[in-house]
Amino acid sequence: MSIRVLKPGLLTTVQDLGRFGYQKTGLVISGALDAVALRTANLLVGNAENAAGLECTLRGPTLRFEADALLALTRADLAATINGQPVPRGRPVAVRAGAVLAFGAAPAAGRAWLAVAGGVAVPLVLGSRATYLRAALGGLNGRALQAGDALPVGEWSALSRRLFAQIAPAEAAGWAAAPWRTAVAPTPQPGAEVVVRALPGPEYAQFTPESQRAFGEEIFTVTTEADRMGCRLSGPALRRDSDTELLSSAVTFGTVQVPAGGHPIVLLADCQTTGGYPRLAQVIAADVGRLAQALPGTRLRFQLVAMAEAQALYLAQQQRLRDLTRAVDLKSLC
Amino acid sequence: MRNFALRAQPHRNFLRMADPTPLIRLYPLGDAAVVLELGHSIAPATHQLLQALARLLDQSPPPGLREYVPAFTTLTVYYDPWELSQNSEVPPYEQVASYLQGLLPAAQAATVDYVPGPLVEIPVCYGGELGPDLAAVAQHTQLSEAEVIQLHSVAEYLVYMVGFAPGFPYLGGLDARLATPRRAVPRPLVPAGAVGIAGLQTGIYSLPTPGGWQLIGRTPRRLFDAGRAQPSLLQAGDRLRFVPISAAEFHRLNA
Repeated sequence: MSIRVLKPGLLTTVQDLGRFGYQKTGLVISGALDAVALRTANLLVGNAENAAGLECTLRGPTLRFEADALLALTRADLAATINGQPVPRGRPVAVRAGAVLAFGAAPAAGRAWLAVAGGVAVPLVLGSRATYLRAALGGLNGRALQAGDALPVGEWSALSRRLFAQIAPAEAAGWAAAPWRTAVAPTPQPGAEVVVRALPGPEYAQFTPESQRAFGEEIFTVTTEADRMGCRLSGPALRRDSDTELLSSAVTFGTVQVPAGGHPIVLLADCQTTGGYPRLAQVIAADVGRLAQALPGTRLRFQLVAMAEAQALYLAQQQRLRDLTRAVDLKSLC
Repeated sequence: MRNFALRAQPHRNFLRMADPTPLIRLYPLGDAAVVLELGHSIAPATHQLLQALARLLDQSPPPGLREYVPAFTTLTVYYDPWELSQNSEVPPYEQVASYLQGLLPAAQAATVDYVPGPLVEIPVCYGGELGPDLAAVAQHTQLSEAEVIQLHSVAEYLVYMVGFAPGFPYLGGLDARLATPRRAVPRPLVPAGAVGIAGLQTGIYSLPTPGGWQLIGRTPRRLFDAGRAQPSLLQAGDRLRFVPISAAEFHRLNA
């Protein structure tokens, strides 16, 4: 069973939830920029949450399914169609062999995730299928998809088979979606703000009161220097009281670091493991996935919160994913 | 497996050990990581205490531990707040901070019997096409090229941390006489294995990347290889020595 790549899209990579345990040797985690989006898509098709799917950036790929498939799309509306008809997001979609999934000119910029029942079964590299482009490691030969690629698909779970049988798409139509859906966050409109909550970082207190105020109140704009490693922001310049050099220490997904020029960089899933710039803030675990929609031109606002609130928000988010797991299982038995 | 909750206690953010050991601080890096910081000086004693803590975490990984990252004076521990919240009412951050604080006495005791890490020999072909900046370093340091090679390869270095890029070692122990500023214009692409000097640092590029270090040689050893069970050739705590080899030897080993 496989999926044929007819067109690769702008930047489509195989991602799971990341490669853990090697940061002490400098190897980055990688994985889906929005873990909740990938986990949701996986749950909708009966996969384990960590199964590998496709991360699509701005313009998704064109894929032909060589066998029957069960898929789900989450997050940004990239105008997906199957055999030319619009496909809903946030629900399981069963397709017959030969169906073609394509993406149109996106009405709103963003990133979307595609899960397929069985997962994208590229080989595990150091325990993960995530693509790390800079080291050409993991995913499909360590690179983004190319036209002509064949994506292997793994074994379906019993839940995936039940969901497909329940939707039972007619041969003539070639596909059908489940009549139920999970809530899909509204796609950010062009120009809309993305708000992320953050905790003060280890060097927060070294920044001037004016810079601390500006960080929490002003709007920052994502520049064109933005990729899976991080995005550089423009906006008010942020300054420290001191200019002492710092020793390199750990940085991670969501760290807001400020080089000498005063313009912050928000680190994302492919970020380096250590860095020497002052860490002004750390985006909370519940919100790092929102940064996946921070593409060039996006207006970004930071909101400082306390540790207790951050941890409560994270636990509530994890609880919602567990609730979804149960709900999908119940739906498959209806 | 020890449980964080068993050790949960109101922890102090600051405590001072007997002099001359540094001020110890614990602070969050967001809501899923704790940083333990031992002052602000690069020193073998600090490094040994961090290594001892890392060994303790390896021997008995507490529940909820995702991974840890040692650096010059810090050990950052990433944890899963969900897992830690399942069996305890104590906030996840407090659990991990208390746990790390609880490990300190054992780590300090362990440094008494500190066993230096393994000595890794890195063959290097100095100068020529493989070390295009050797002449510039010799000129800057007012040494002969042979003296630069001699000073660089006689020293024993300590791998303080591995970071920045997969397998990239931060080394301590460069002879101060070899200190040379970075190139004014960085190279757009430095090959993996290039051995360089930047100020008082020396290092080995582990991946092809742009870079401004003065390149004095190249090793055929692969510092990072995802095909190996332990992909990184070097680990924090290892000792390292550069061994000069000929160009012919380089090409034979690099084949």
